[in-house]
Amino acid sequence: MNAQRSNIGLAVVGWLVALIMFFPILWMVLTAFKTEQTAFSTTPEFLFSPTLESFRTALAQGAGYWHYAFNSFFTAMVSTLLGLALAVPAAFAMAFYPSKRTDFTLVWMVSTKFIPAVGVLIPIFLIYKSLGLIDNDWGLIMLFTAMNLPIMVWMVYSYFRDVPKDIVEAADIDGASTMQTMFRVILPLALPGLASTGLLALILAWNESFWSLTMTDHNAATLAVFIASFKSAEGLFWAKMSAASVLTVTPIVVLGWFAQRQMVRGLTFGAVK
Amino acid sequence: MAVVELKNVVKRYGGGLTGKAARSEEAPAVDDFNLVTEDGEFVVLVGPSGCGKSTTMRMIAGLEDNTEGEIRIGGRDVSDVAARDRDIAMVFQSYALYPHMSVFENMAFSLRLKKAPKSEIDQRVNEAASILDITHLLDRKPRALSGGQRQRVALGRAIVRQPQVFLMDEPLSNLDAKLRVDMRAEIVKLHRKLGVTTFYVTHDQTEAMTMGQRIVVMRDGRIQQIDTPNALYARPANMFVAGFIGTPSMNFMKMRVGDDTRSLKGETARFRAGDAFTGDLLDSHRGQEVWVGIRPEHLQHHEGDAGALENGLSGTVDVVEPLGSVTMVQLEIDGHRITAQLEGDTRARSGDTITLTCESARLHLFDVVSEQALARQPVESAATA
Amino acid sequence: MTSEVTAKGTGTAGSASGQGASRRRRAPVKRLMAPAVIFLLVWMIVPLGMTIYYSFQNYNLMMPMMRGFAGIGNYAILLTDATFWDALGNTLVLVVACLAVTVGLGLLLALLFNATFIGRGVARTLAISPFFVMPVVTGLIWKNMLFHPVYGLISWAMRSLGLEPIDWLAHHPMLSIIIMISWEWTPFALLILLTGLQSLPEDQIEAVRLDGANRWQEFRHIVIPHLGQVLYVVVMLESIFFLTSFAEIYATTSGGPGTATTNLPYYIYLNAFFQYDIGLSSAAAIGAVILANIFAIFLIRFVAGNLNAGSAR
Repeated sequence: MNAQRSNIGLAVVGWLVALIMFFPILWMVLTAFKTEQTAFSTTPEFLFSPTLESFRTALAQGAGYWHYAFNSFFTAMVSTLLGLALAVPAAFAMAFYPSKRTDFTLVWMVSTKFIPAVGVLIPIFLIYKSLGLIDNDWGLIMLFTAMNLPIMVWMVYSYFRDVPKDIVEAADIDGASTMQTMFRVILPLALPGLASTGLLALILAWNESFWSLTMTDHNAATLAVFIASFKSAEGLFWAKMSAASVLTVTPIVVLGWFAQRQMVRGLTFGAVK
Repeated sequence: MAVVELKNVVKRYGGGLTGKAARSEEAPAVDDFNLVTEDGEFVVLVGPSGCGKSTTMRMIAGLEDNTEGEIRIGGRDVSDVAARDRDIAMVFQSYALYPHMSVFENMAFSLRLKKAPKSEIDQRVNEAASILDITHLLDRKPRALSGGQRQRVALGRAIVRQPQVFLMDEPLSNLDAKLRVDMRAEIVKLHRKLGVTTFYVTHDQTEAMTMGQRIVVMRDGRIQQIDTPNALYARPANMFVAGFIGTPSMNFMKMRVGDDTRSLKGETARFRAGDAFTGDLLDSHRGQEVWVGIRPEHLQHHEGDAGALENGLSGTVDVVEPLGSVTMVQLEIDGHRITAQLEGDTRARSGDTITLTCESARLHLFDVVSEQALARQPVESAATA
Repeated sequence: MTSEVTAKGTGTAGSASGQGASRRRRAPVKRLMAPAVIFLLVWMIVPLGMTIYYSFQNYNLMMPMMRGFAGIGNYAILLTDATFWDALGNTLVLVVACLAVTVGLGLLLALLFNATFIGRGVARTLAISPFFVMPVVTGLIWKNMLFHPVYGLISWAMRSLGLEPIDWLAHHPMLSIIIMISWEWTPFALLILLTGLQSLPEDQIEAVRLDGANRWQEFRHIVIPHLGQVLYVVVMLESIFFLTSFAEIYATTSGGPGTATTNLPYYIYLNAFFQYDIGLSSAAAIGAVILANIFAIFLIRFVAGNLNAGSAR
């Protein structure tokens, strides 16, 4: 059958494209299982006996992976929770008690996302320096939160707007106060939406590099800084660098696989559902 | 249970989200609404979509503010009282059940918010559930229910409140036709049993006629007529009400009032207005055109010559729809499309010329300009605006 | 029962309870929004204001004595600084090239993955994976293991084909950066355009096929118009991100060789953290903000339009 053949042709092309796109990641994973000698070779080896040596080195006490991983996890997690705590009430007011002012505030919030980080880098650096927030987890958390808040507000807002207005009115008539409506009716209903908002914020915070590279040194440094420290390694630690990268990238890529649909909605400000 | 009073209530949407200044100059959504219910009355608000019936109900509920006027429930002015403190219950068109709560929790929610004791909650929810025959559904989530069952839960949630007033906003419009007829009767029965003042919004005139003790007909934000179902049918105040109430709709023909102030003449049709119409009014229309309204079910087939008839109209049959018990015939008379509901055994075919007749007392007359009904006897307070 | 007919509304009564009544349901709105608003004010707007202020100051951390009002001095220096113009040019080249590649390639891949074939779900998931990779990792992997002139995989492949290997980052630095960023962002375009394609109603396609349209006409007259809004969003969002590319450059070329890959963010970073020139880098930052806003204005207009369309329901 002709249709069958074109289907197979499509499959071949589709898989080829997918593998090309995925190849750098795959190559990184393969390299992570090599010895430094096999990793650094003019003829790349696709078949080799895998070793966990690089992972062992990367995870060893002195290497500091756990220190950076903890910072990445802590800052991403706390900034996500803080972001939700700030975004949910604001989005609630905007979605269910809309007025000209709330609309304006929403557009204003979204527009702050488009102030490039460099636009506020210098004052923030100077303020942080005088407050001792440089190389401090909490300083970084605040920046991650500010960075993600506009997207989170908009995303939560768009999930809230999917809740039928009737349900809020029914709660109103049933005697629920504004807070009771929010906590007992709206939040349980929008829980899946809140979860995907949080997931997106987590991914964005985890992968963030600009603020991590400029605002931290060691104490609060995240995995982005750790990986960047291999920058001048020049072939000496390719396997180790790959192992560290695999450890850094894997959790988020896997999260991303599961959250791909929800990401679309958040990243496009609800324009594409 | 309470009397609900609305005095000079006006709703105007100004500003709004788009913030165009022009909006405030638009016609009000509800204009000068006046109504006093009796205690325990079942009032139906009916009209085409956009007529302001839902807005009126939402103002009573407190979901919208009245721009002007006064709303009283049980004598208390509630204009500045939040919805949750008005002691009313509402059934929404979409049912608006809380999807994450079981049926029991849905019904118990308002009592929980009031911090009612657990025993009282159990007792009241179970009582309401047994009235509505949904006891076996109490553990289910709304999404596991059929449309009809959701409808019952929505009613149950309202009953549990034991409110002063029930508000129902097109509660049956999402049900299929058969279920709708069943629930109609059930709601009426429920009302009789509980005796709570009830407002019921619908766009379906059949629902209005079968359920309402009094019906408020609205159009473009204004009340057209407030009356009992029978009075609305028999004495519509204007052409809109006349056309809106009754299926199929009333026929209208333009005819001229003769010099005798009794005869009405069209190109071929002629009628003689009965004594039901006051002489004075027809006097004032002497020689002028008026709208003549005749309900399809009041037209009869006349076998024989039209010339001998005092009230007669003939025309060419266009469409014949035999429905068994009756036969619907559409014909073209003097340029007007006329529908007649004739006996089931009427033999008529498309293209035939047939003659119809109608009793003088069944005629409705309307002013051509104001479209208000010309007064008939016995006259109560039907007046032109 | 009495029958009533409304009298023409004279509106004499009860105007007192009018507008003010709505306040009873407005009360919590301010308090609910305040935390988020204040947070953004403190972390974004106040610093932005300070950046504007610094951009008019002589302020170098290495020369603490020389502070004071500079007027448009910093901007004047900036406009005569060849590096700044290089950075501006590089930024625009980067944005435009990456946009062209990611949107073009993304659209092709979206059409490919919109067709049904065996294992499509898995293939699609693999193809979008680069988007979730941390930019610093992207930079290092490409720089070392793919682009390396001796040990890189691409060099090996070229040697195997009998070609002379290229030192990518030294000889084609901008192209290398564009390849890396496009690798990261093509999945984004793919993912969003694919979602757009999948929301295309089946009956529209069927109708146009019944009308005798060929594949190209179908694409040109149905698919592209349907994707219009989605494409718009992709272009706007990508522009914003491309304008602020940093980590990929930081991890690979450090802006070089020379100024070949120094874009605006990297220029500001260098001036602030290596020249300690707060005034000058602030002026450049304002330039970056203005550039971003030229792109952002379109997106914000879109968001605002979306908002009104939504609330009119």
